[in-house]
Amino acid sequence: MSERLAVRKTYKLFIGGAFPRSESGRSYVVSSSKGEFLANASKASRKDAREAVAAARKAFPGWSAATAYNRGQILYRVAEMLEGRRSQFVAELVDADGVGVRKAGELVDAAVDRLVWYAGWSDKIGAIRGSANPVAGPYFNLSSTEPTGVVAVVAPEAGPLLGLVSVIAPVIVTGNTCVVVASERAPLPSITLAEVLATSDLPGGVVNILTGSAAEIAPWLAGHMDVNAIDLTGADGELAVTCEEAAAENLKRVLRPPAAKVDWLADPGTERMTAFLETKTVWHPIGT
Amino acid sequence: MVSLESFGLVGDAGAVSTTTTPLAEVAASNSTLRAFLHGLPGVDRVGADARAAMLGTRSIKTTSKKQAIDLAIRMVDLTTLEGADTPGKVKAMCAKAIHPDPTDLSVPSVAAVCVYPDLVATAVQALGGSGVKVASVATAFPSGRSSLEVKVADTALAVADGASEIDMVIDRGAFLSGDYLKVFEQIAAVKAACGSAHLKVILETGELSTYDNVRRASWLAMIAGADFIKTSTGKVSPAATLPVTLVMLEAVRDFLRTAGRKVGVKPAGGIRTTKDAIKYLVLVNETAGPDWIDPDWFRLGASSLVNDLLMQRQKMATGRYAGPDYFTLD
Amino acid sequence: MFEYAPAPESRAIVDIKPSYGLFINGEWVEPLGEGREKTVNPASEEVLAEIAVASEADVDRAVQAARKAFTGWSAMPGSERAKYIFRIARIIQERARELAVLESLDNGKPIRESRDVDLPLVAAHFFYYAGWADKLSYAGFGPSPQPLGVAGQIIPWNFPLLMLAWKIAPALACGNTVVLKPAETTPLTALAFAEICRQADLPPGVVNIVTGAGETGGALVRHPDVDKVAFTGSTEVGRLIARSVAGSRKKVTLELGGKAANIVFEDAALDQAVEGIVNGIFFNQGHVCCAGSRLLVQESVADELLEALKRRLSTLRLGDPLDKNTDIGAINSAAQLAKIRELSEAGEAEGAERWSPACPIPDKGFWFPPTIFTGVAQSHRIAREEIFGPVLSVLTFRTPAEAIEKANNTPYGLSAGVWTEKGSLMLWMASRLRAGVVWSNTFNKFDPTSPFGGYKESGYGREGGRHGLEAYLAL
Repeated sequence: MSERLAVRKTYKLFIGGAFPRSESGRSYVVSSSKGEFLANASKASRKDAREAVAAARKAFPGWSAATAYNRGQILYRVAEMLEGRRSQFVAELVDADGVGVRKAGELVDAAVDRLVWYAGWSDKIGAIRGSANPVAGPYFNLSSTEPTGVVAVVAPEAGPLLGLVSVIAPVIVTGNTCVVVASERAPLPSITLAEVLATSDLPGGVVNILTGSAAEIAPWLAGHMDVNAIDLTGADGELAVTCEEAAAENLKRVLRPPAAKVDWLADPGTERMTAFLETKTVWHPIGT
Repeated sequence: MVSLESFGLVGDAGAVSTTTTPLAEVAASNSTLRAFLHGLPGVDRVGADARAAMLGTRSIKTTSKKQAIDLAIRMVDLTTLEGADTPGKVKAMCAKAIHPDPTDLSVPSVAAVCVYPDLVATAVQALGGSGVKVASVATAFPSGRSSLEVKVADTALAVADGASEIDMVIDRGAFLSGDYLKVFEQIAAVKAACGSAHLKVILETGELSTYDNVRRASWLAMIAGADFIKTSTGKVSPAATLPVTLVMLEAVRDFLRTAGRKVGVKPAGGIRTTKDAIKYLVLVNETAGPDWIDPDWFRLGASSLVNDLLMQRQKMATGRYAGPDYFTLD
Repeated sequence: MFEYAPAPESRAIVDIKPSYGLFINGEWVEPLGEGREKTVNPASEEVLAEIAVASEADVDRAVQAARKAFTGWSAMPGSERAKYIFRIARIIQERARELAVLESLDNGKPIRESRDVDLPLVAAHFFYYAGWADKLSYAGFGPSPQPLGVAGQIIPWNFPLLMLAWKIAPALACGNTVVLKPAETTPLTALAFAEICRQADLPPGVVNIVTGAGETGGALVRHPDVDKVAFTGSTEVGRLIARSVAGSRKKVTLELGGKAANIVFEDAALDQAVEGIVNGIFFNQGHVCCAGSRLLVQESVADELLEALKRRLSTLRLGDPLDKNTDIGAINSAAQLAKIRELSEAGEAEGAERWSPACPIPDKGFWFPPTIFTGVAQSHRIAREEIFGPVLSVLTFRTPAEAIEKANNTPYGLSAGVWTEKGSLMLWMASRLRAGVVWSNTFNKFDPTSPFGGYKESGYGREGGRHGLEAYLAL
């Protein structure tokens, strides 16, 4: 008796909570670290990027107005869903990254833990980043944090799951929505992560994931006038400069690529959250 | 904001004469009065304080200062309201009212003297045909704590003795407890008792506490027939302040615009220096406007102020700083 | 009638040199280049002084001096740095009247504002950040936050000395050294500040002042040994700066333009709202990036409010900036006046109704009367573009949702105003306005403890408060 023929998954994009193919009809071959064929991933176009930005913008009012408690719960739910698919991600990481099963397990566990860590920040970041300001006059003066808006994220090439989770979670936990360009070389875990997101009560459009060429798509996102910020973590030298220049057109907040190689297992700190937060200061007179 | 139109106070824009009869509609009941007064725009204390403070920085120099000093003298209600007042004290004050500086007859007379009812006759006689008016406090001054009958009788006595202006106090207790109709009716009754005498209604803003209350009390007094609204008795601290006067000036300005009747304003108490007086003039000039820069529409209730105005006046004339020994203490 | 006689502040208190060099490494030096510019009194068009135009080589000298000074300044105990900054604050207080007069002469702003707003805030800013210098490890940026290095700072002409304070005070407190370029039309108070640094015995090179225009600023931004760029000015120039630092490791903060909505609800305290509107758009002749240049008024009170506003505008006193009773001074430059005129003419051409009170305009100097446009649509240029002058565009709305929609319908996001006596509505509005500063029932209030800065194209980074330290620390 012959072995059963597996039913393979078609890897598509993740836009507005749905899984469309690229409008361009393009795909590209994704291979394992050993060079074996894994899948044909969708190769997103600038028009897919445009659709993703529109979806992220549409999701922004609701997601940014959700209570911090609610956002925290949803991120925690994402962690739960990820944990439930642990073995699937381990297998994908082994294929994609060429890591051993044990290492892959560690990375998936770290990704779950990272989500839990950020989930807890939802209702605390405002307390450490806001302030009551003792102005010299009869005014109540309070500074509080607000999300910047729609954030384009160029995910790191290395770390197809942990790196990806580590750039998405800090952006959305504070109420931003995002369009992510996934690792070009190892995009499959990002689409599987999208399946996790899609089943975690995360409103459609809060996270949109594009697979394909960062060099092709990222400049369109960087120049898009309805994108408020860009995380260039995964953009290499030339691309980062091009994107930063394009981002100047509407004064996007830019998180530059790290100066040194990032250890995704290390304590991430708060910088990835604060890079995409605005401070709003409200004054009101105090009187009878 | 609730406009006067909705209470039928004003028929159409500019139709000033239609304002008399429908006053009764606003005052038809305590609830209509309340609805009207609480429909007035609020006053933000910090903003009002800041505006008054800014106007206080106006720098009035040289010719305009001379003009302001004489204006201020002409606006003074020279006041004595002590338990120890005697006919002799009042007569001396009247002499000062007519000629504030006996050595310089170019100094104008003050607007009026302000005394207790039992000394009105003395003041009327002392002032003779000088043109200085006699104002009398009435209505169980300063607390206002008596029956309406007593208040009306108090007023009638002062008027009968020749007072041409009556400074009444409102019932702050009634106002603060929300019994606006009672306050209204007392003012209306006293106004009736005044006959041809002008009625100044003292709000005692120091007890009203909030600027919202000052604005409401101003409107209540004006609707009830006040010819002037006045800040204070001088017996409660704080007495007149710039921001309270600002709120009252806004009220008379708006009342003229909506109800078509012009009402005067009198800050009283605590105004002691020329600098203070000039700040009030600036406040009038830039709030109610130049039309109120006249003793008929703005008064300063004060006593010691006059000597400071005189010292400043002399300094401007001679170039030397003046000394208090050269000015009379009556 | 009660007319106010002129009450001019004496200008004898200031001593302006005929010409100024550059302040580099604690010394006055002649510029290497030939360039010279004149700074004029915008109220009289009289030339006040000649100033140097720093060339690229001059900027390089200044950056080198700052780099050299950085070693010592950053290693100095915070408590010692604090004392220098406290000293500066004190000297500013001691010389406040002189600096106020100088500011009004060079800028054209009324002495009442330079005396009562600018100078007190300048001193307060130095006092505030002086106190941070030895407390940085408690500021929430890690146990041992480090300075960035040399800060290149470029400031505008609208609040010359105040913007200098906003830039220099936090930079020094955090242990950075500074090369600052004041605006070419208002360099005099920055040059006076150089003297103050000398009076304070500030180590040479910690503060360097280079004068000049856009090219000088460009050289400073591009200089490879600058670690931090701080700019306040137009969004247009901010864009250029953001582009030019792309690919570098320079940290950047930008405080740019605005088109703030000042929103008045029917239940507002109307008299104070009128004051807030006046203060919002006519303070400093409207040369304020956070000016309330769009009045959004609820239709139910629009007529009443506009009548009151026009009445109030008729009391504004325009004229000699040194007269203590002047409310509206001179427009800072001929170029700015031309821009205000052009946009106002566009407003009329697009069909908005223009109104100004009767207002005598002096013969000499640059002046523009307080102006209101009614019947303005969102699509009009005067509702979209920053005029940076005493020109108010009035629009109306019917519901809170519509007010938010209109207020946020702009690429800018610096500030906004809300006037209502209803607390829940105020907070609802404040939470939905996409702007860095929301003044409710007040406007144009500033304080060193209060973070200031914009959303969207109004720039990024915050100045003031604990937040303001972040711009000058390596995190």
